[in-house]
Amino acid sequence: MKKILTIITITSILFTACKKDNATPDFDEQNLASLSVEFDNIVGGRTLTFDNTAVPYTNATGEKFTISSIQYFISNIQLTTTDGKQFTVPQDSSYFLIKGADRASRFAKVKVPEGDYSKLTFVLGVDSLRSTMPVDKRTGVLDPALGGHDGGGMYWGWNSGYIFFKFEGNSEVITNDQFGDPTGKKQFKYHIGGFGGYSAPTINNIRTITVDLTNAGIAKVRKDRQSNIHLFVDLMKVFNGTTTFSIKTYPTVMFGEFSTVISKNFKDLFTHDHTEN
Amino acid sequence: MKLRYIKYFLVITVFAYACKKSEHIQEKVETFLGFQKPKNFPETAYNFANNPVTKEGFELGRMLFYEPRLSRDNTITCGSCHIQSSAFTQHGHDVSHGIEDRLGTRNSPPIMNLAWNKAFMWGGGIYDLDLFPISPITTHEEMDESLENVLNKLRSLDKYKSKFKAAFGSEEISTGKFLKALSQFMLMCVSSNSKYDKVMRKEGNASFTTTELEGYELFKQKCSSCHAEPLFTDNGFRNNGLVPSSINDLGLYTATLLATDKYKFKVPSLRNLKYTGPFMHDGRFLTLDAVFTHYAHEVQATENLDPLLNKNGIRGISINSDEKTKLMAFLNTLNDEEFINNKLLAEQ
Ligand code: HEC
Ligand code: HEC
Ligand SMILES: [Cu+2]
Repeated sequence: MKKILTIITITSILFTACKKDNATPDFDEQNLASLSVEFDNIVGGRTLTFDNTAVPYTNATGEKFTISSIQYFISNIQLTTTDGKQFTVPQDSSYFLIKGADRASRFAKVKVPEGDYSKLTFVLGVDSLRSTMPVDKRTGVLDPALGGHDGGGMYWGWNSGYIFFKFEGNSEVITNDQFGDPTGKKQFKYHIGGFGGYSAPTINNIRTITVDLTNAGIAKVRKDRQSNIHLFVDLMKVFNGTTTFSIKTYPTVMFGEFSTVISKNFKDLFTHDHTEN
Repeated sequence: MKLRYIKYFLVITVFAYACKKSEHIQEKVETFLGFQKPKNFPETAYNFANNPVTKEGFELGRMLFYEPRLSRDNTITCGSCHIQSSAFTQHGHDVSHGIEDRLGTRNSPPIMNLAWNKAFMWGGGIYDLDLFPISPITTHEEMDESLENVLNKLRSLDKYKSKFKAAFGSEEISTGKFLKALSQFMLMCVSSNSKYDKVMRKEGNASFTTTELEGYELFKQKCSSCHAEPLFTDNGFRNNGLVPSSINDLGLYTATLLATDKYKFKVPSLRNLKYTGPFMHDGRFLTLDAVFTHYAHEVQATENLDPLLNKNGIRGISINSDEKTKLMAFLNTLNDEEFINNKLLAEQ
């Protein structure tokens, strides 16, 4: 008995000792360390594969579809520590283009103060300020010259703005007339953008997403390791988030009223699976 | 639960599991028993005579398994992709995630019951556990290091000199000793304390519920010809009718170049599915539901599809939703919480 007590005492001393040397560093905006946020695209219970015609995906309406392309902008990343301190990643290093076809692009890498973070906030899209900035501020992934509208580009030349979320694929349910895809390719195209308008207010599809990290693991950001917040992005939820819609009824959605219905589903796409610390 | 530990290791350990990276006190009272074959398991395939598991060898192996110096930039350990709480897989990752965020092409399989394995990797190619670690250490997307460099890094550290001496009798750090120590650790990663095992060994009053028992019967009819008891793999390579992956991974063919091996992959164990997702060689299914949908509706007539999945011209396995529920209940009895919580296998 006495021995057990000694052991318990030693153990608890060690516990306290250890806590100290593993303690959360003081929050210091100059003391930055790296953090990545992983945007891992999935489709319901399966991983994302392009053009998998042999075994297509099935949405909530029962429509079979395949995916040929998915790209979206993530910007304005903000983190909140377990004790409520907020840090906003400086705008100039906070724009990321996640491309389904380029697996390396799925990590948004930022620098934040060392600390323990339990909340992540970001914008799906490009904020209105950046969308109206002079062209010399539009570098990197925001360069309007990248790709071109048909070549995977994310800039709408005709409407001076970015496509925030570009999702394309095929479904047999799409008709060959002007209500479907008159080219007969049975393609669906969702190009969602719209930052609220240059001068006159128009559609605003900028969506702010907040993810609570408490349950699946807070991010412990320290200089000597690499913390990675691993999110699943379930593309199935485009069709059945807050609003369920049918590909047959809406095969093409670009700059129109219905785009706001789709963008309201965006928040349902993101779940936090785990964090690597 | 305590009883189990005693059975395998007879070690009473007092643990100050306060933090990963600082020192722990451990008070070891009795001796380490080495590798013990569970009563309900068959004979092992590993040649233990050539590498008997000792306490010192096992502890050295464990240290190496969690040693970041095994990777080029000292960031990645074996344990980064084989995480104990996920039954030594990389939870949530379809394909492995290695050095500098490079992604592999295959899903990290569990380090579990390897003493009974005759071939390693999803597509075979390695037939001796002792030779296995060379593959991840030197692979570009995994650890991207050379074996020689790793050994040199270890040679420069005093703690390894003494550990190698304790384990193998001299301070010399050689390829052979290094690999054998890693094997000793991996061989001790035995998962044999699921509910299923306790029922089979008639321990205490362990018994299946009605649903589990019905699921067990269905399992024997529909699954166990490939996922054979008690390891839940027949140790073979087969094609279970998945659509070829986007990189057209040819599986066993890559190692043998025999046309009859195209699209055949190692039959994985079904133990610990609760922790090992996502599933299949490329982690394409994130849920067991998606796996059942595959067997029931999506089996493809690819080259070398296993004849068991193409009987009388009907592809796949018939599974209705009631049967699925029962099969799920049975599969749930294969999860071994003691394995994933076994502190002896954790980073110290
Ligand atoms: C970057 C992630 C990563 C790292 C680091 C890694 N592994 Fe693996 N491991 C994998 C993947 C992926 C496979 C499957 C490879 C394949 O089938 O092609 C695997 C397979 C294995 C297997 C075969 C299991 C079986 O059932 O066939 C063993 C054994 C193994 N690894 C041990 C190790 C050891 C020991 C280390 C450290 C020296 C290590 N791994 C480091 C990802 C990793
Ligand atoms: C013809 C042999 C065969 C039969 C019958 C079979 N499987 Fe499989 N199973 C395999 C093979 C081979 C794989 C690995 C395939 C791959 O990854 O390419 C596998 C993989 C799995 C996996 C993924 C495990 C992991 O860790 O990734 C699960 C789960 C599974 N099978 C469950 C079942 C169930 C349940 C049944 C019965 C309804 C069943 N299997 C019947 C051969 C079979
Ligand atoms: Cu992850």
